[in-house]
Amino acid sequence: MTFVAKPRVHHPKLPVNEIGLTRRDYEGPVSTLCAGCGHDSVSAAIVQACAELSLPPHKFAKISGIGCSSKTPSYFLSKSHGFNSVHGRMPSVATGANLANRDLYCIGVSGDGDTASIGLGQFAHIVRRRINMLYVVDNNGTYGLTKGQFSATNDKGSTSKKGLPNLNEPIDLVSLALQIGASFVARSFSGDKKQLVPLIKAALIHKGFGFIDVISPCVAFNNHQGSTKSYDYIRDHSEPVVVTDYFAAQEEITVDYAPGTSEEVHMPDGSVLCLQKLDEKFDVHDKVHALNYVQTRQAQGEVVTGLLYVDPDASDCHEVLDTVQRPLNELDVDDLCPGNAALEMVNAGFR
Amino acid sequence: MKPTNIFDPNYFHKVVDCQWACPAHTPVPEYIRLISQQRYTEAYMLNWDSNVFPGILGRTCDRPCEPACRRVRTEENPVAICRLKRVAADHKGDIGAYLPKVPVEKNGKRVALLGAGPASLAVARDLLPHGYDVHLFEKDPSGGGMMRSQIPAFRLPIEVLEEEVDRILEMGVVTHFGHEITSMKSMLEEDFDAFFVGTGAPRGRDLTLPGREESTSHISIGIDWLSSVAFGHTDKIEGKVIVMGGGNTAMDCCRTAKRLGAESVSVVVRSAFEVMKASEWEKEDAMSEGIPIINNRPPKEFVHENGKLKGVVFECVKPVRGDDGRLSYVPSGEPDVFMAADHILMAIGQENHCPWIERDIGIEFDKWDCPILEEDTLQSSNPKIFFGGDAALGPENIIWASAHAHKAAISIHLFCQGKDLKAARPPEGVNLVSQKMGMHEWSYDSVHDPALRFRVPHVEREVALKNIKVEVELGFDEALGAKEAQRCLNCDIQTVFTDRLCIECDACVDICPMDSITFTENLKEKVLRERLTAPAGNTEQALYISDELNTGRVMVKDEDVCVHCGLCAERCPTNAWDMQKSVFHIPQLGSYAEQ
Repeated sequence: MTFVAKPRVHHPKLPVNEIGLTRRDYEGPVSTLCAGCGHDSVSAAIVQACAELSLPPHKFAKISGIGCSSKTPSYFLSKSHGFNSVHGRMPSVATGANLANRDLYCIGVSGDGDTASIGLGQFAHIVRRRINMLYVVDNNGTYGLTKGQFSATNDKGSTSKKGLPNLNEPIDLVSLALQIGASFVARSFSGDKKQLVPLIKAALIHKGFGFIDVISPCVAFNNHQGSTKSYDYIRDHSEPVVVTDYFAAQEEITVDYAPGTSEEVHMPDGSVLCLQKLDEKFDVHDKVHALNYVQTRQAQGEVVTGLLYVDPDASDCHEVLDTVQRPLNELDVDDLCPGNAALEMVNAGFR
Repeated sequence: MKPTNIFDPNYFHKVVDCQWACPAHTPVPEYIRLISQQRYTEAYMLNWDSNVFPGILGRTCDRPCEPACRRVRTEENPVAICRLKRVAADHKGDIGAYLPKVPVEKNGKRVALLGAGPASLAVARDLLPHGYDVHLFEKDPSGGGMMRSQIPAFRLPIEVLEEEVDRILEMGVVTHFGHEITSMKSMLEEDFDAFFVGTGAPRGRDLTLPGREESTSHISIGIDWLSSVAFGHTDKIEGKVIVMGGGNTAMDCCRTAKRLGAESVSVVVRSAFEVMKASEWEKEDAMSEGIPIINNRPPKEFVHENGKLKGVVFECVKPVRGDDGRLSYVPSGEPDVFMAADHILMAIGQENHCPWIERDIGIEFDKWDCPILEEDTLQSSNPKIFFGGDAALGPENIIWASAHAHKAAISIHLFCQGKDLKAARPPEGVNLVSQKMGMHEWSYDSVHDPALRFRVPHVEREVALKNIKVEVELGFDEALGAKEAQRCLNCDIQTVFTDRLCIECDACVDICPMDSITFTENLKEKVLRERLTAPAGNTEQALYISDELNTGRVMVKDEDVCVHCGLCAERCPTNAWDMQKSVFHIPQLGSYAEQ
């Protein structure tokens, strides 16, 4: 654990974003995770994404469960709201937070244990509920906090640090999310910020449930030969299928992809996702195709990464429930108890 | 780009900006750390070894190290390196045990040093421990050269000067004070194996303007006048004084005149304020003593009446910046101004002057009347004769004299031993030592201190102006010195990267507060500099490039604004980053074994 605080001094030419903040203003205290943990890179990617989007830190709610991954919200966006909840129960708390204040950008950070084991039931239902949030899984395939047992996402045949193989089938969170209706699904790698940062930005702006499964190696217990979630293994087997570039509304689009392989996805807020398809046949708007693609490639030993599915016109929980535009926590007594006359009108509607 | 060769002694040396900028390459961060540990004696000796006059330089150095300090680039104000040197000198204990032993039995070689200024004294110090019989010739009655004659006592107390000068003389120099050399030819006839000329740049420039001849009794050359004050021949100056010139000598002249009773003192400079040669702090000190500095006024004529000076007529000009960025001066259109004066001090520069060196004894001179020297050895075209200090390359400052002296001493030694002056020279070297002491412990104080530069306290102005012997600066006390020392960024504790250990986890990139580290495909330097985490615009500072990593990328670290906080090494899971202290071997006679 590092005791030295990261000094406030910064590069003299550190850029300032539209709301006058630098990237450093989105950081948190120095991580207490093991040095080299992939999760810290995910936190750094979130910091960079939020800074580049020029979103005010106090407009964020960070929710997590239990585990190494769930400690990370402490280490980014120190000027935002946070709730470190119960093991596997982040989805419930996130649902509550989002219902109470729809104006907050909600980031849920979970791990493979927190989401795929104890919280699998909660995960399935928050996907179905279409909560407008970014749900990140720091997926390292191991229980790092309890010294390296196989987790539910650990691949069959992948070995422990001592060399014993895992005998159980893995849960693929991306496939699961696609199957039960997530409207934004991506997979990435903590060691590839070029890919991860635009995905985080897009998922934050996406209206509806944005899910990113980030393979984030555990340097202490799952970064050895034989592991299928190590830095080296993922670098060798990662198959990016779509390169995503995010451009905010009014921002000049500066990428120039070869014709026939590119596509622009227009988000509800006016921002644009520029996609470069590395496999021409891939279609990010076809859920069944995406599911098939991921599974087929997985059977060939490849880990498909990038934006796998997006529905830019998706609806979120508040739309489904037809709630008021004002955040519920701002409604006062007069709004909630409009008086007898109003009650009579409502009752009359039922007669 | 090719991978960086960190074992080239110059690579990490350049990262230690202060040490690189110092002509004598004094290990600045190391002595500042010793000051933090209150080990003043050791800090002093480290300085003494390298620059020979820590107490004197801690008050008077031109500090080329400070504008180079990395703090200038990370915030604004450099560490007060010079005044910390003074802290070491002021608070040191007995250094006797650390001094080199001088053999009683000599090695049979006799060396003559001409001039008793800093260059000759430093050569003496380097040669004596090796058994040389060293003779020092000086026209003044005591040693120190320009340090004694040109630096006023309110900046450099006589006790401080004498302590450091006498320490060298007491090592066994045979002194010949009051002995003016009038002929190099006759000197050569004496029985010496080698000669070192360290006679400085003793001639102050003069101006030939109308009225100069007629007013001569009221016009003094700055350095000559300061010298006569230093030796007690002059103890007052009356009436209105004009100091002409914009260098440090001008600042010393005006402040001295103010203390010796001048009715008024003004400094008049032909050029603009920003381009004056005087150091910032010397200008500040003069102005804070109520001395006006008047710029853009070239003199036209000395006005006199019946052999008495009345004043000076100045032209009015304004600076214009040309396309090449240089200033030139055009008439401003204002009428000429007359300034009344009873005395003029002329401080418009000084030059080498060796009329006593005959031109037919094998020493060649260039068109500026400087001797032609072999740059690496400081040997003149007469192989027995070496030069150093201002006499070698024109007016510089004391720290250059020390640097030249080390170079010349090696040359003299090799020459006397019949060895090749270039091939047998000791090489430069670097040693790298890990500073890791435990999981999260480093042997240096790695935490970045955001404090701003502390000001050196001064004595009360009324007290200072009354007596020329009262030192104006009080110096940092121990507490303030410790605080200032903490501002040092420890640039000699290097970030050393071992490519085969790196797993490319990005932990160092994420933690680096200065965005100095990037993992990227290898490109040409120009393109690479633009594509880093933070663009590396300062091309004076190197990029540290690793060999190719597993992914085919390379690690690129921009050395420019790294604060050496060690967080990259702290957060590295594989020790691919390590903080290692770089110790440079600067060739010096006796400091380590020469080949």
